[in-house]
Amino acid sequence: MSSENSVGLVTPQRVRFATPLTLKSGAVLPGFELAYETYGTLNAERSNAVLVCHALAGSHHVAGFYADDPENIGWWDNLVGPGKPLDTDKFFVIGVNNLGGCYGSTGPLSIRPETGKRYGADFPLITVEDWVAAQARLADHLGIDTWAAVLGGSLGGMQALEWSLQFPDRIRHAMVIASAPKLSAQNIAFNEVARQAIISDPDFHGGYYAEHGVLPTRGLRLARMVGHITYLSDSQMAEKFGRQLRHGEHKFSYDVDFEIESYLRYQGNKFAAFFDANTYLMMTKALDYFDPAYAYAGHLPSALARARARFFVASFSTDWRFAPARSREIVFALLDNRLRVVYAEIDCDAGHDSFLLDDQHYHALLRAYLGNIAV
Amino acid sequence: MTEHERRVKAEQRERFDFAVIANWLQPGEHVLDLGCGDGRLLRYLDETRDVTGYGVEIDPESVLACICNGVDVIQMNIESGLLGFEDHSFDRAIISQALQTMHTTERILSEMLRVADEAVVSFPNFAYRSNRAAIAAGHMPVSEDLPYDWFDTPNVRFFTIVDFEDLCARLGIEIRERLAFDEAGREVADDPNLNGSLAFYRLGRKS
Repeated sequence: MSSENSVGLVTPQRVRFATPLTLKSGAVLPGFELAYETYGTLNAERSNAVLVCHALAGSHHVAGFYADDPENIGWWDNLVGPGKPLDTDKFFVIGVNNLGGCYGSTGPLSIRPETGKRYGADFPLITVEDWVAAQARLADHLGIDTWAAVLGGSLGGMQALEWSLQFPDRIRHAMVIASAPKLSAQNIAFNEVARQAIISDPDFHGGYYAEHGVLPTRGLRLARMVGHITYLSDSQMAEKFGRQLRHGEHKFSYDVDFEIESYLRYQGNKFAAFFDANTYLMMTKALDYFDPAYAYAGHLPSALARARARFFVASFSTDWRFAPARSREIVFALLDNRLRVVYAEIDCDAGHDSFLLDDQHYHALLRAYLGNIAV
Repeated sequence: MTEHERRVKAEQRERFDFAVIANWLQPGEHVLDLGCGDGRLLRYLDETRDVTGYGVEIDPESVLACICNGVDVIQMNIESGLLGFEDHSFDRAIISQALQTMHTTERILSEMLRVADEAVVSFPNFAYRSNRAAIAAGHMPVSEDLPYDWFDTPNVRFFTIVDFEDLCARLGIEIRERLAFDEAGREVADDPNLNGSLAFYRLGRKS
């Protein structure tokens, strides 16, 4: 980690919104808190703000590190910093933990004011639309009328797209990376396997595990293992692990034989140690429900007709979770509306997770596009 | 010629190519530029004709250059067609000195006239006088409009004005206008297949 281009020491902040938020499901959240971080400085014209939206397991900690936890480096630190593609000398960058998250924003782990107990399973289902509505309140709070750009990968890209639809006049550039306009049946199927892994864990207790003093770690671990398979490409897995054996020989047991098993168990354990199962369930549902074309008889061009932003859309050649064809659906729907868009299909062997890597060409594209945004 | 002179000459020539195409466009048209390279033609058309539209390009470095130039570019391979582009969604589809670098000539021409009302095509004429002379002398031609050695040329289709017009006839494509220029950029009227180095066409479907 080169600290010279790091935003350096960062401090998370929190803001409370007292006005109730009516969610897409019809449920009402009486008020909520959002955890967020900022990097760089808002200019006098307030024209240089960029919102970075996180994906399934991300947080508001996008860049930099904490004084009391210097090893905890932001999840998109390779992108955000002085002189980096998303240059904090130019832009005022905001990372936010989404509503329902488990990193400090109001979510299933929060204490419900009416009961004095954790929400747990009673926390309402939050959609991408709700996240954007909550993020808009944060923008208001920070005095940001219009984002120079909203960007994100995967589920984060869906939020960038949703911003362009829900608040067409508050976003100048939408950067939608390794994303899709809606989940496919296969995508939903993987999510359902992940959910069933959690829900069928005996320690889940219908989502009220906190009250039982346990955690459904086995389910969460399985859910993450399944997810991880979809984040990597077949070729990358073959290259990284192949059929390498952990103990140099076949053990004829159900313990770890192959390195890939070890890797998945490690990733599963790591994740299950800190992530909240109810949040994970909710996030996967938010993914499943996202479908801006749903209200337009499935016709995406009609759904995107409202958008006014300029678009940067990018996909990765080996991403089979949200394959390039899914990004092209967005691109052609934008073309049908004669909206401005650049689309890059990046050759990268790391599958869906490519969007988090600092592939040279990928970062050059981001640097070029962001560099041309007037502030 | 110094490197600077060469560059100035290339830029003058490029502007001349661009101007020929720009002259055929109405202000404010919506265009698709296939094989758009670094997007300079689209930028020129935007500046001179206020056109909107997109470039299509397969080469990653060219896509990056388009983004640097502020040109809207779609990265895709057009050899297999223009799947995803709606019928007649553009006023014009342009392919400027790139048709000879693609394999699926017929498909590309047909697709251009599917997605746009009119196609604009320019290409180097392989039957140009000096090219014939080069072949007669036993060498593949290298010229102003064919600036590559045979072993590193991006060109994969070698055709002449006469060949191209035969193909258009076979595909039922109407030639609405043709311009041919010699290496000095002078318009050629007499025997363009012999005297024209670079050819420009406006193409449509017979109604």
